[in-house]
Amino acid sequence: MRSKTFRGGVHPHDNKHYSNEKPIEEFPAPKRVVIHLSQHIGAPSKPIVAVGDFVKKGQKIAEANGFVSIPMHTPISGKVVKIGDFPHPIGTVQQAIEIENNGKNEWTDSIKDNEKFLQLSVDEMKNQIKNAGVCGMGGAGFPTIVKLSPPKEKPIDTAILNGVECEPFLTADHRLMLEKPDEIIAGLRIIMKILNAKSGIIGIELNKKDAIKIFKNKLKNSKNMKVVPLKLRYPQGAEKQLIFAATRRKVPAGGLPMDIGVVVQNVGTALAIYEAVRYNRPCIKRITTVTGEIVKSPKNLRVPIGTMISDMINYCDGTNKNIAKIISGGPMMGFAIPTSETPITKTTSGIVLFGEDDIIDTTEQVCLRCGRCVDACPMNLTPTFIVENVKNQNYEEAKKVNILDCMECGSCSFVCPSHIQLIQWIKLGKLEVGKLKKKE
Amino acid sequence: MDLVKISSSPHFHEKVNVKKVMWSVVFALLPALIAAYYFFGWRSVKLTILGVIAAVVTEALVQLFLKKPITVSDGSAVITGMLLAFNLPPTASWWIPVVGSIFAIIIGKQVFGGLGYNPVNPALLGRAFLMASWPTQMTTGWISKLSNSGLKSNIISGGSRQLQDLITSATPLYLAKTVRGDIVSGAAGESAQTIFQNLSSLDYIQNLFWGNIGGCIGEVSAAALILGAAFLVYKHYIEWRIPVSYIGTVAILSWIFGGIDGLFSGPVLFHIFAGGLILGAFFMATDMVTSPVTKKGRLIFGIGCGILTIVIRLWGGYPEGVSYSILIMNITVPLIDKFTTHKPFGYQKIENKK
Repeated sequence: MRSKTFRGGVHPHDNKHYSNEKPIEEFPAPKRVVIHLSQHIGAPSKPIVAVGDFVKKGQKIAEANGFVSIPMHTPISGKVVKIGDFPHPIGTVQQAIEIENNGKNEWTDSIKDNEKFLQLSVDEMKNQIKNAGVCGMGGAGFPTIVKLSPPKEKPIDTAILNGVECEPFLTADHRLMLEKPDEIIAGLRIIMKILNAKSGIIGIELNKKDAIKIFKNKLKNSKNMKVVPLKLRYPQGAEKQLIFAATRRKVPAGGLPMDIGVVVQNVGTALAIYEAVRYNRPCIKRITTVTGEIVKSPKNLRVPIGTMISDMINYCDGTNKNIAKIISGGPMMGFAIPTSETPITKTTSGIVLFGEDDIIDTTEQVCLRCGRCVDACPMNLTPTFIVENVKNQNYEEAKKVNILDCMECGSCSFVCPSHIQLIQWIKLGKLEVGKLKKKE
Repeated sequence: MDLVKISSSPHFHEKVNVKKVMWSVVFALLPALIAAYYFFGWRSVKLTILGVIAAVVTEALVQLFLKKPITVSDGSAVITGMLLAFNLPPTASWWIPVVGSIFAIIIGKQVFGGLGYNPVNPALLGRAFLMASWPTQMTTGWISKLSNSGLKSNIISGGSRQLQDLITSATPLYLAKTVRGDIVSGAAGESAQTIFQNLSSLDYIQNLFWGNIGGCIGEVSAAALILGAAFLVYKHYIEWRIPVSYIGTVAILSWIFGGIDGLFSGPVLFHIFAGGLILGAFFMATDMVTSPVTKKGRLIFGIGCGILTIVIRLWGGYPEGVSYSILIMNITVPLIDKFTTHKPFGYQKIENKK
């Protein structure tokens, strides 16, 4: 199989064997959910319910606050019991709406099946996606409607579906591609219609040969859609690296994929788009992998947004050792969170649990200038110089060596023999560089 | 529930650390040490051990004195001691590696703050210090003393009788330099021509490759050094750019300028395998702390080392230029790094548009 890739990157052990054979299971409606108002990039949503209100499943409970924002819906029917601060899976505390399940599972009446969904007009499609509150489900959570509304002077010719899932441990997208290929392809068709894109590409990493095969078969007779097998290398699924591997086009620094005529959507997003357009169904569930060596039965779950991570761990029969670290997302870019009493959001692609033995040594030693971070950086940066400047609080210089182009993929920290926490320093540096801008 | 750990991403790490890298280098140097034992006997091993002990003890004492954590177990001092001893003639007095290691660790490394901060390779600085202080100890009596101390003469006696005489009197590079100098200046007769041709003959190159020659402890067997270097390259602990550009530059320049029949007639393989080039290119120029971190910078660094090495070998005052060329290039590393910081992904595009 011919495969494509990008320059740089690392080869972490993918650890997907814990859960890649486990079919997606429907998670039973939990007793309570906590819907965060900030699950996406952009302005937090505005609540439109009050404590004590009764809500039906699928009902809108918060509305988009501006163009770069999305509405939120409840995945269960029940009573709003609190609007306030809750732990967020990026490790902070943020505003959220708590809903108690009344066990009735009553849907709002907006759900309907429209078999001729592909004949809807572009505006109707976009409206439905917008109202469904779809945002990028790969991790960043960029409101999908914004990506699907490029300005006129930036025509899009290629739509790429991201089925790379290069994060170790995670298998949610893999299972999704195996189990719902038709829905994903329909999602891609919708995206291509909205963008008027000539070609559609599904990028899949080579450790998912079964998924590649399924899509190859399904797209055998397609003239404008194809599968691109990609080499096993982290971060193959990063947007800019994926675009480069699939099309040889480079997104200009500080620019967006739409600048070079490309839009990338995660395969999970494609499913959400499909459900929004065909069934007018809001984005109230997502597929999340609960995994890790210590998890008794790792699973791929279709979970209501807002479900507590602790409930999901219990559903996987708990752990056989003490939990030493809870990671929301994958181990390369995910967040270590302080408590399992944290609800998942639309972007939580996985919950990885580490035992004491899985914890890495983070004692920093002195930089040997070995240059392994330079070789590993997929953005062709010089991570060691950036970090040196941040450590010296020389933020002007850090900006000059392009700290802002770092996407925090973690490849540099991963290979550093001195265990320097480069990403942590870079995150700090970015905050400080941001303050510089404000002063000017 | 138990408390859980919080840290920044990534939560995953390659199984690598400073100790592992350093001890791998020590491991990679062992074949050369075994070769040294085979060709020069126990004395060379003893000198190496003395160098290592001196380096480790000095580092520990300095750190104790400065009330810093003692980090001798990371193996970097072991490498310094080993490399320093590898650059000595096998007949050197016992205190030579000791004094050299002490100087290398204190002046070459610890005064700058220890591992990671030294501007030049400490072992090479130690060698330069010894060269300046005890030049006779460092540059003479390569083999003659050895043959007295019971060197396995059967190993050396390969090749012609004439060659054997050469070998017992000087290192190949010294010989090549003097003979070539005589030939070029027209002062030499036909025998000099033959000697030079013998030096670049395939037979003799084989001796150079395996190590049947006079030379420093560690540089004698190119084969053993390459074996160790291959391990490091395989483990990604050294990168190809410096050794390839260094050796490549030496090869090209020696071919162009190194001959006795005008340009483009030089003995390329002789210049690659004689002297300390293999040791220098794979184990000393690639020293992480004192070489550039950028990819282009590493190429420039290797080419610079190669040019200086050939300049010293052919026209300089010493027969061998590897250690000085690396020392000089070490000093240029901050500049090289500064001017070779590469454009990040996605910057070329914008330039094109402009």
